[in-house]
Amino acid sequence: MEKEFLTKDPLPFCKGCGHTLISQNTEKALRKLNYEHTDVILVTDIGCHGIIDKSFLTHTVHGLHGRSVALASGISIGLHGKNKKVIVFMGDGSATIGMQHIIDAAHNNDDMTVVIHNNMLYGMTGGQPSEFTPKGFKTPTLQAGATRDCYDVCEVVAAAGASYVRRITGIGDFSDELAEAFSRKGFSLVEVMEVCSSYAIKANPGFKLKDVVQKAGLHSKVYVDRSIPVFESVVKDKTRSLVDAEIFIEQKFSFSLDAPKKIMLAGSAGEGVQVAAELFARAAISCGLFATKKGSYPVTVGIGYSASQIILSPEEIEYTGFEYPDNMIVTSQEGLDFAAAMLKKMPESSLLFIQDGLKTDGCRAKIFHADFRSNIQSKNVSLVAMYQFLVHSGLIPAKAFLHTVSGSKIAEKTDIEKLFGITNSGPDTLH
Amino acid sequence: MYSACKNSFFFQKPFVILPWIFTKKTMIKNIGFIDNSRLITESLVRAGADVFVGYPITPANLLYLYAGHRFPQFIAAPDEITTVQMMSGLAATGKIPVTATSFPGFALMIESINMAYMMELPMVIVLVQRLGPATGTATCGAQGDVLIVNGIISGGLAIPILSICNISDYWILPAKAVEMAVRMRTPVIILTSKEEVMTQHSVNLSTLPEVKKVKQEIYKSSEKYIPYEADENLVPKFLPLTTNEHQVRLTASTHDKKGIIQNTSDEALENTIRLHRKILHNMKDFCFYEYDSDPLADLVLVSFGITSMASKVAIKKLRAEGLPVSLLLVKTLMPVPLDYYKILEKYSQIFIAEENLTGQYRQFLFGNSLPSHIHGINKIGKMIEPEEIIAKIYSVKSLN
Repeated sequence: MEKEFLTKDPLPFCKGCGHTLISQNTEKALRKLNYEHTDVILVTDIGCHGIIDKSFLTHTVHGLHGRSVALASGISIGLHGKNKKVIVFMGDGSATIGMQHIIDAAHNNDDMTVVIHNNMLYGMTGGQPSEFTPKGFKTPTLQAGATRDCYDVCEVVAAAGASYVRRITGIGDFSDELAEAFSRKGFSLVEVMEVCSSYAIKANPGFKLKDVVQKAGLHSKVYVDRSIPVFESVVKDKTRSLVDAEIFIEQKFSFSLDAPKKIMLAGSAGEGVQVAAELFARAAISCGLFATKKGSYPVTVGIGYSASQIILSPEEIEYTGFEYPDNMIVTSQEGLDFAAAMLKKMPESSLLFIQDGLKTDGCRAKIFHADFRSNIQSKNVSLVAMYQFLVHSGLIPAKAFLHTVSGSKIAEKTDIEKLFGITNSGPDTLH
Repeated sequence: MYSACKNSFFFQKPFVILPWIFTKKTMIKNIGFIDNSRLITESLVRAGADVFVGYPITPANLLYLYAGHRFPQFIAAPDEITTVQMMSGLAATGKIPVTATSFPGFALMIESINMAYMMELPMVIVLVQRLGPATGTATCGAQGDVLIVNGIISGGLAIPILSICNISDYWILPAKAVEMAVRMRTPVIILTSKEEVMTQHSVNLSTLPEVKKVKQEIYKSSEKYIPYEADENLVPKFLPLTTNEHQVRLTASTHDKKGIIQNTSDEALENTIRLHRKILHNMKDFCFYEYDSDPLADLVLVSFGITSMASKVAIKKLRAEGLPVSLLLVKTLMPVPLDYYKILEKYSQIFIAEENLTGQYRQFLFGNSLPSHIHGINKIGKMIEPEEIIAKIYSVKSLN
């Protein structure tokens, strides 16, 4: 006895509905391919066709309007290597709202067959037109008929990279055509042109499916049938821990602070602000201190200001922000503009270490001007400024910073001592 | 007053996580200078999350970056709707998926999260808050999505939402989120914010406690599998689509125990109600908060997420100045444990600090018509500073 894929219950569609034929032909095609029930995952969408899942004896997954292909992509990736067949049923309404998902799955060549039940209108909600409604085709809510050509989903999906694409005029037995699509590896799509018996016939007197399809310029044919690699998501057996010894910072130096110190480094994007701030914090940690670093920047990556707030402390740091810093390093006008409000709050006891030529009106902090920019590549400006600041202030030993920078990737391409202007004296002579 | 919260639940044994960061410098051994995105990602993977699906968005970028290195499987989705759809499909095959996003992406995910909730598929969504509305400021933190996350399930059904309030939580709570998602078969949301996941800290990595891998129980009986027949904990047994033994039906529409779409049959409505009760029933094991009480205090400060650390600093300073004050840091944000109310009713003045304009958690706890003893400390665009909390508390004290 042949395996049944549909229950004995009557199918849940109106008399004369094209969906009935698709379900029956699908069952026939599955039989021809000799599948077991649990070999098949039928993913349905919202629309009249979506109520079919109760009739199928396969695994069934009933999702959201238009999203069935994206859902099926996840299922297909998760079932890789399990020898299962994923079939998606969707209507022309679902295909309209979910076109991006269809294109994406075709582009990836996700392993599934999508069967679009194209009755050229939204049946479940009262017969509104979809983007698949052909020019001149009338619906109950569009009595004058559609004024534009419909989507040709087969052309779109073939162009996107599908393995197999075919349009069928859904009359009679088309189980061989469906079976061919089901048997293909990768993304296959079959658009079945069919009839909504409740809305299409009444709105279009004398309706003949073949004539409508032909008039719309839609061809019932195979668009592509090619063997291309199926999308495969790599599953790694082992990945490296994000908290292994690689990221430990060795305590090479010994230095302490009496109280937490707040430092602000403000400059321009592309000038290494965040990197310099991080290396500074790492240097402080290598001295035995606690550190935090909080970045501020606009959404643009290589333009505009860039600033970093660093806190160093002999104790664990709980709150990572501050109203104003004890020390501010400013390397550019953009940095100064960003830091202006904070700068005004800095008291006399604080220090502003700033690029020559930048104006510091209204600043009460002690000001020290220096040049971080002459003959320095812009990407290194923040590093040089931080080093000069440490030599000047002794906030933490400059040699700790030199050591940290020398151990970083920057040192692979840059002579750090030369960059910092260290010529005739070794790092031991530094603070 | 306290009955205003429909999503309350009762719990017997508060689960309080003790910080594992030692404060004494001499005890530090293996120090890393890391952001919390790193801890979250590592914790999720160790707990058994095995696939990350994502669409990049600031300020969740670091989670996406680390996930690409650390998750066994990583899928770059073309948008956030696809993200949660793919996650659902993967979860249906037995994977435990994770994503990270911010409000603009989260808004697109909401219908699909409802689908996963209805299908009862486990997944973890890390929502990194940024300043809104709309695109707002991508690089500025916020706590502005509190009410949105609570209300995402149509019908007001409960969905678990965790918030993090200290560094040790970034290691412990993501693993708990995986456990919750698997045990309750539900999406779980970790609500965090830009500064929480991007600011770098020195962290003693040698003290990280072990994270146990969560075991997903699979239906093993030879008896007919009924997909939505729940056990005594109101959770149905899970069977992935990989099975060759039984038919599996999953559906986002109102359905009976067999997973067959219904209109409003008694069995189907009972199933829908069970989804809500399932969360409330099982959340008793996942109630996380820190309560630092001062027996002499008649005022309490409540906070969560990024504002927790400023709150801790403020409390220390106030106590040092001689003002007795208690602190409640909530980590299980929603559904809200009734014990929060039990704690709060002991105090004559309640202060709730959160980085949003309207006091969203305050509204959630106490409604729009606030009693005069409940005070908000709110700000947008910048982190709330300890001094601002202190100033507000003193200003109210001086009036009373």
